[in-house]
Amino acid sequence: MKRLLASLSLCLLATPAIGDDWPQFRGAGGLSVSDETGLPTKWSATQNLRWKVALPGRGLTNPVIANGRVYVTASSGYLESRLHVLCYEAESGKKLWERQFWSTGITLCHPKTCMAAPTPATDGERIYALFATCDLFALDAKGDLLWYRSLSRDYPTVGNNVGMASSPILSKDLLLIQMENAGESFVVGIDKRTGKNRWKIERKREINWATPILLRTGDREDLLLQSGPGVAAHDAATGKQRWIYKGGASNLASPVAGNGLIFAATGGVTAIQPSANGAEPKVVWSSNRLQSGYSSPVSYRDRDYAVNSAGVLNCVDARDGKPVWQQRVKGAYSASPVAADGKIYVVNEEGLTTVVETGDQPRILATNPLGETILATPAIADGAIYLRSDQHLFCISERK
Amino acid sequence: MSRPRISALSLCFGILFAAGPGLAAGPASSAPPLLERIKAVSREGEGNVEAAKAWKELVQIGPRALIDILVALDDADPEAANWLRSAVDAIAERALAANRPLPAAKLEAFVKDTGHSGGARRLAYEWLTRVDTGAPSRLLPGMLHDPGSELRRDAVAMAIRDAQKLLERGEKNTARDAFRKTFAAARDKDQVDLLAKELKPLGVEVNLVAHFGFIQKWLLIGPFDNSAGSGFAKTLPPEKRIELSERLEGKKGMPLRWSEHTTTDPYGTVDLNKALGKHMGVIGYGYAAVESPSERPVELRATSNNAVKIFLNGREIFFREEYHHGMRMDQHVGKAKLKAGRNEILIKVCQNEQKEDWAQNWSFQLRVCDALGGAVPLKLLAEKPTARPVEGGGQ
Repeated sequence: MKRLLASLSLCLLATPAIGDDWPQFRGAGGLSVSDETGLPTKWSATQNLRWKVALPGRGLTNPVIANGRVYVTASSGYLESRLHVLCYEAESGKKLWERQFWSTGITLCHPKTCMAAPTPATDGERIYALFATCDLFALDAKGDLLWYRSLSRDYPTVGNNVGMASSPILSKDLLLIQMENAGESFVVGIDKRTGKNRWKIERKREINWATPILLRTGDREDLLLQSGPGVAAHDAATGKQRWIYKGGASNLASPVAGNGLIFAATGGVTAIQPSANGAEPKVVWSSNRLQSGYSSPVSYRDRDYAVNSAGVLNCVDARDGKPVWQQRVKGAYSASPVAADGKIYVVNEEGLTTVVETGDQPRILATNPLGETILATPAIADGAIYLRSDQHLFCISERK
Repeated sequence: MSRPRISALSLCFGILFAAGPGLAAGPASSAPPLLERIKAVSREGEGNVEAAKAWKELVQIGPRALIDILVALDDADPEAANWLRSAVDAIAERALAANRPLPAAKLEAFVKDTGHSGGARRLAYEWLTRVDTGAPSRLLPGMLHDPGSELRRDAVAMAIRDAQKLLERGEKNTARDAFRKTFAAARDKDQVDLLAKELKPLGVEVNLVAHFGFIQKWLLIGPFDNSAGSGFAKTLPPEKRIELSERLEGKKGMPLRWSEHTTTDPYGTVDLNKALGKHMGVIGYGYAAVESPSERPVELRATSNNAVKIFLNGREIFFREEYHHGMRMDQHVGKAKLKAGRNEILIKVCQNEQKEDWAQNWSFQLRVCDALGGAVPLKLLAEKPTARPVEGGGQ
């Protein structure tokens, strides 16, 4: 069994990081993990704050970072009528450009969320910004509009009255988006250069906020779709289904992968192991400890972590799901934990980040308040941690 | 020999810089053909590649293209409008970053011209205020009844602040008059609510039903069957024709008749659980006949967290099959044209079978208004369930 897992772990990996960038929701591969070191442990409004900029609107989107540029989206205006895509210089926080657009789809949502809920994705050259209104924009690094899709015009019933949130991801020359909702539900592979559909598959008309991840086996990339009924893998290039796990899954939290396993958010976490022949994946372990509410779990250095709605950070062994430790962390959580530099960073909704050292026992290294509502997952790149509140974008770094 | 060559190169670069980046990058010089290429975008990404090229050329023209683009927004569909507004933003942003002026006088003239689209005028206003900070106080006081929703909203917000200052200074009567005048102009619910709240202690009770144009008196019938959501797509008898004296068969054979219902809710909400009884997996209909003095475009705006269909004169003008995912005034909008004379409004409100506490709501509100959200002149016709309508009912 161990040998099998070890060999799978070599070939079954979520897509790797692009250098030191943080190119999509929960970073490279959607793993919430960064290889960065030397990250700050302590910060405040006056300590280790490299820069802070005011944002024109709310957002639950994490900043995405590539080639020294930080991109972030926001929504504003009466009835969330205005959408913003912003680009800042990572080093200084200088705003390089901003593009505003009018919402063309449904703008009604739960008060906790807003139209800037899906995190954009970048390949370094372009930024692909999807909003809960189902407006999808592709811009280059200079802010030139390359293509635009009003998906609510293309598919008039798409959307829901709670708010869409699944984020786009990139696979080679395709942008992949999972639009599961009360209206027309689908997953579509869009040519990232032209904005045209390459493939589109229908999905169940049920609300789903989970963001897909990619699994790479050699040159092949599979799109992993998690939703209420379970988890399905599709060929990212064609949309063709490869296998399906029908054991049920969360429609809130997103899956992660590691150690040759897929950790599906299922209320807790269920570790499944895909087969090579398209058969239904085998359940390796399941843990109710890893409940995560709005946030998603993270797998880091052979351990899986999740913070639950009661403010408890749980750690289990990624190989067998056995509990390792629990640590109370203050507050309620919407942002997903991120891991880097031997630490787990969990940011509560009041903007307090608890930094926990990983190991056989938890150790809280610091609690860092910013005093603003934060629902967005942090981003990590180039020795800095980026936090996005309802009002500001913060760059936290020991380097000035 | 080398000196003339260097001079020629310098001259060449000088011409390119003087001409601006448009000449340096290509043939861009005239906005109209580029605008047409952008406005040709259509469904599923069709025309995007051509639009992107045109967008780049348009932006390279610089500030002299701004007014052309703003004018082009007047008849642009929502998709093309986003292409165009982002071109305006890119041009203005890059011009200011390069310390190049924006055509402030032309922008102001465009803002003042109410013949242009409200969105385009507001966009022009936003860039105007970036280069002329005195513009809001100069322009907004005259925009209380602006046909553009965002500019009117700005004007209302300014008028509210001014009236509040009057109140703070103890000038109650003047403040009351200012709040009243502003209330009449306000269209957005948050501003209307705030004004109603300000007016109440000043002795003025406002009629929100009349202000928004909610229909308060309805004829209702139900429950029809919607087990497992099966009734939403079906054309049930009230959708085929309105015959108020008719007896219909409801869920499980229940005999149904139309009944009168008047809501006293300040926002015209009809609680079908109270009016038709508490049921799950059912459908209720609300019907009202109104008389319009003229033919005119209107919006029938409904609120419900049940699945709904809206009909005007027998034609379906809106549908949304979604249950218990949230309510907000005007969340459902059907656009249509009222006939001069009698018009029939029908709303189908479907309840599902969810058991959660938050899924028990079965209600609706509906109003008839113009594109800005203002009530339109209508007379509600007093039709009775026992009497047949004179002109034959639904089409």
